[in-house]
Parts: sequence; structure tokens; C-alpha cells
Amino acid sequence: MDILRFATAGSVDDGKSTLIGRLLFDSKAIFEDQLEAVERTSRDRGNEYTDLSLLTDGLRAEREQGITIDVAYRYFATPKRKFIIADTPGHIQYTRNMVTGASTADLAIVLIDARKGVLEQSRRHAFLTTLLRVPHLVLAVNKMDLVDYSQERFEEIREEFSSFASKLNAPDLTFIPISALHGDNVVSRSENMPWYNGSSLLHHLEHVHIASDRNLVDVRFPVQYVIRPQRATDPAFHDYRGYAGQVAGGVLKPGDEVMHLPSGLTTRIASIDTFDGPVDEAFAPMSVTLRLEDDIDISRGDMICRPNNQPHVAQELEAMVCWMADVAKLGPRTKLTIKHTTRTARAVVRDLHYRLDVNTLHRDESAESLGLNEIGRVSLRVTQPLFVDDYARNRLTGGFILVDDATNNTVGAGMIVEAK
Amino acid sequence: MLQCDYTTSQLDVLEAEAIHIMREVAAEFERPCLLFSGGKDSIVMLRIAEKAFWPAPIPFPLMHVDTGHNFSEVIEFRDRRSEELGARLIVASVQDSIDAGRVAEETGRRASRNRLQTTTLLDAIEDNEYDAVFGGARRDEEKARAKERVFSFRDEFGQWDPKSQRPELWNLYNAKIRKGEHIRVFPLSNWTELDIWDYIRREGIEIPSIYYAHTRKVFERDGMLLADSEFIIRDEDEQLFDMVVRYRTVGDVTCTGAVQSAAATVEEIIDEIAATRITERGATRADDRASEASMEDRKREGYF
Repeated sequence: MDILRFATAGSVDDGKSTLIGRLLFDSKAIFEDQLEAVERTSRDRGNEYTDLSLLTDGLRAEREQGITIDVAYRYFATPKRKFIIADTPGHIQYTRNMVTGASTADLAIVLIDARKGVLEQSRRHAFLTTLLRVPHLVLAVNKMDLVDYSQERFEEIREEFSSFASKLNAPDLTFIPISALHGDNVVSRSENMPWYNGSSLLHHLEHVHIASDRNLVDVRFPVQYVIRPQRATDPAFHDYRGYAGQVAGGVLKPGDEVMHLPSGLTTRIASIDTFDGPVDEAFAPMSVTLRLEDDIDISRGDMICRPNNQPHVAQELEAMVCWMADVAKLGPRTKLTIKHTTRTARAVVRDLHYRLDVNTLHRDESAESLGLNEIGRVSLRVTQPLFVDDYARNRLTGGFILVDDATNNTVGAGMIVEAK
Repeated sequence: MLQCDYTTSQLDVLEAEAIHIMREVAAEFERPCLLFSGGKDSIVMLRIAEKAFWPAPIPFPLMHVDTGHNFSEVIEFRDRRSEELGARLIVASVQDSIDAGRVAEETGRRASRNRLQTTTLLDAIEDNEYDAVFGGARRDEEKARAKERVFSFRDEFGQWDPKSQRPELWNLYNAKIRKGEHIRVFPLSNWTELDIWDYIRREGIEIPSIYYAHTRKVFERDGMLLADSEFIIRDEDEQLFDMVVRYRTVGDVTCTGAVQSAAATVEEIIDEIAATRITERGATRADDRASEASMEDRKREGYF
């Protein structure tokens, strides 16, 4: 059994909570005491129906205001897969939360109300999904019951969205007509839409192929921690020196020739160690410890790759940045701390090329700064070289965070473009 | 572990993620510690720590906030496991906090030391100058926890502010703090109760005997089965009786309920959990029942 991480975007109006509630309920991930608590609260508030959003909106402020303000993680499993849902709010003032939820997602579900069609909000969600390079996108056309399960309406929406998506460089795109309220095409195929030949939503989630979404080509091993037992009880480990980390790309095997950055020195992998014994190969997302044949000075923040396939060694970065600070703005000369893989450095913004309107995709080149939830293209200069790939090629070596030195808050998420 | 199509099982993915988190903490903080209670989640967390740094020993001490109201089987296990690993175990005692006048014992038949633990924990973090504290909490446990970050920032008063949490993207964790502040780190955030048990089975991890079915003298209070104990005052109508039970969670004797169960092996426990329709905290924890937001309130104050 493997894991599928998926993000959902939308508001209560789109039926998102109803959809998640149904997936959880039908997979028996909602427990009786949780359901009772939700039913009790719904009753106390005078609601006529059981408000399943109460299951995910766990913070007092959210319940008081009746909105989702943060990413909530939910878990369920079927015999095929374990699922992690990053449930994110859909409104534009929570763009940073959606970006956060999408950053680790294998798949995103964007909900569309069949009556309303493709709205500004749906386009924004789809754009953010592609910006974060979520490999699979599902357009769930919901409330089909309210348009008489009309194939014509579904096709209309599909065409409208497809023409928009072609501009986005959208990944694998799937359209599913559903009624979350009645369960049509959620867990099993609906009898109300015999014209639909595709899978139910859950079937799609269970079977969508994600293993090849990881980069298995470019060997990238950011060194996280050097293991040198100081007081090893076993004399065999007195001279042990291992480089621990999580594989970010490619497949590593003992005997492979590898290159260390920044030194550029080459050596071979002597062994790939784990607590449970050495392994024959390592690939993302495995956490392993490498031993190398030669003694090279290697520390945290360094990168191990292949001599004929290296990341870009860059101090000048071009990136799309989503700004997340409540007050401070990002503009030319803003100084920040940057964390990229296991390396932390200082960065200064050299230029803001444009601010992107996430609803219309219009580029405003006259913009002088980015405020909360705004996205733009920036140039950064970094105090020490980073070992980067285009975010489109590898999310783990192409993504970075920006930290404000005054507050220590995480204030930006960056995706590297045109690495050179 | 390895298959030709490079898929990775759910337990391997969760383990790799938790190991990554632990190494990140060891690399970025000066003085981390790991909360080890002898409960199943902290036992799994300890195994992950063992794996993350092997063949080196775990590079931080273990800490237990001991209310003095714990199950004796669990305390025995805690001490034995720490010793086997050669780990340093720091016991922060709620009794000491009471004796020092830092907190006042609750009175009455529902008296519990659950809430008092927070002061003892925060004092111990401050006294030892810990800047990162590993906890075994999981997001599936409780709805306030569903929103908590893996690296969860605490201010100098140890407080959690759920409304201004740091965004957490990819596998990049922000470890920046000022002196006096600390980060609670939850490497098992994405594990479910069933994942924990699957992992215990796969790894053949030993757990305290009270997780398995045994005969115990219990009485019923508010629909929960509480153990006979010197720390609980029973009403006259709360009669003791023998029952075959086990514990799904392990907290204080005073507020942890047993469940009726004949599950005597890990396999039987997994079958039981897979079929259950009640969450582990809903079934067994009086401390979570106080109000809809009781966990959020305690967490804001600095609770685990």
C-alpha cells in the first residue's frame, strides 16, 4: 500500500466539505464520537443538516466564524491506498494556505459548481496547482443533481476549462461529474449519469499512477547530517563516517561514481546504510546514510550528484515567489534568509520583474512590491552558492522558503525558474 | 522495502519522513530533547530516533513529565527501555512542582494532575534550556492537532498561537527562534493510530503489557472504565468489578479509561482497531471531554 497526498481547494459553497465528509464517511474514517460531536454542534446552532465542515474546522476561531482559515490534514485509507488530504480554504485571502497544501500534493481536486461553471476562483485554484507543479489535477464538477445530470452542461464546463488549462501547461487533467451530496460518482459509478464512462472519484484516487512523478533520473542527495559515532560501543564503527539525508532525486547504488558539490571531487558510493542493514539502491523519498570510498570534506548543506548530471551551482536565482507575510512587503533590496534543501544562506531581492494577477494571469510590470498572498517573478542574489534545479524538473531541489530576520517567520515560498 | 517499480509502502514513506525531521532537528538546534512517556507513540518515536542516527547513539536526552499517577507497568518499561538504549532520561516530576508551590493540587473526586503537567513541562524546558522538544502527537488524534505544524513554534511563555503558525512547505522546516523560545517537533504528524500499530507489528517493537488484554479491577464513570487506584476516590455507587480489558492510550491512571477487549497480540489489536468506530481519545480520555475546544485550550497554554 502506498500513500497519495492530495489537496482540495474550494469553499463550503462548492460542496468541498460535503465531498470530504463523504470520502471519510464512506471509507469509515469518521468515527461515531466525531460524528456525534458534529451532529450535536450542528443542532445547537440550529442547522437543519449535519455540517460536515465542523469535522475539519477544528480551531475555535474557525467554528466561531464558520470558515476554514488554515490547512487541515485528514487521513483515510482504503485497501488500495493511504490518503492524506490537505484541506485548504478557497478564498483569495488564503492563497498562502493553498500554496502550502499544494506544495507536497501528488494530486489536487478543484471543485466546480455545475450551475455556476468555471469561475474566477476555479481558474485561480487551477493556476496555483500548476504553479506548484502538482502532477495530477481533478476537476470535480459538483452538484450535477442540480443540473439534471446534464451531459451537455458537463461538456460545456469541460471545454471551457480545457481551453483555459492549455494556457497553464496543466499536468494530467481529469474531469469527473459528481454529486457530493448524493454520492454520485464519488465512491461508485452513478446510475444517474450513464453517459459518463470514466472512473468514480475514489477509484481515480486509488489508481492514479504516481510512482513515476518523482524524479528518478537526476541523482540529488542533499547532505543533511554527518554521522560519526563518538562513543560507539562496537569497535567496527570507530572510523565510521556516514552522510545522512533524504534522496531528492534519481536512483543511487553502491559502486556508483558520484560527485560532491561544492568541491567538484568525485568518488564512489561504498555503501548505502540504514538501521535495518545496507540496501541495494536508494531513491526518493528514502532517508538513508551514504558511505563514500574516498575521504572528502563533506558537511551539511552540500550536495551529492553524478559527475555527468549536476544541478546548477547558482548565486543568482530567478524564481516565482508567493509572499506570505502579513505586514512586511517584498521588493527590491529586501533582505531575507533563504532555506533551500539543507542549505541556509542570506538573500537579497535584486529585482521584481512583475506581479501576477492570480485571477487573470495578467503580468503587472509596474508593480513595486508584493504584499500578502501576491505572487511575482523575482531575481535574488544569495550569499553562497545553492545547488538548484528548475522547480519544474524537481520540486525538492527547485523549491525554497524565505524567512524574515526580524520575526523569524516564514514569509515566502519560491519556485526556481530558468536555473543557470 | 524495495520493489522494481520504485513504489514505497506507506510505512516506509512515513518512516523516511520522520527520520528526515529528526535529523533536521539534530542539525539545526543546540539542545533538543525527546518526550518519552512509555506510551506507544513515544516508543515508535524512539525507534525512529534510533534509526535516524545509527550507528551513533541518539544525540539528545529523553524527558518524561511524571505526574506520579502513572501506571507502574509503564514506568517500569520507560526506565528499562531508556537503559537498554543507553539514553539519558530526565524525569520532571509534577510532585516536585506541587512541593515547590509552582502548582496547586486539584481537589475533589475528579481531581487530576493532567493540567498541572504543563507547568512542570515548561519549567523543565526552561531549566534545561531545551530549544526543540520532540512530541509523539499525531494529527489524526484530535481536531486542534489536525492543524498543527510539524515544527510548531512556542513563544517564551511556551504558548501556541494557532492563528499565526508558520507556513510549512515541501520538506523545508523553519528552525529559527530567539533565546527562550522553543519548537515542538512532531515527527509522527502524518501517522494514524493504525499506522502506529502496523509499525509496531512490522518492527517487532516491545510495548508495555497494559496495551494487551488482561484482567483488571475497574469501575464505571461517565461511560468510561477506570482502574482501581489509590489516586482515585470512588463514590459509593461506583462498584469495582473484574473485567478483561486493555488500554488504547496511556495517560494518567485518573483519566485514562480501559476498553473491554480480548486482544492479546498486536495482530488482534490491529483487527480490533480496524473495526472500531470510536476514536482513541474519545473512547479513553476524560481530559479531552471537558469541552469542544479543550485540547486547543490546553495546547495554547503549552500542553504536549
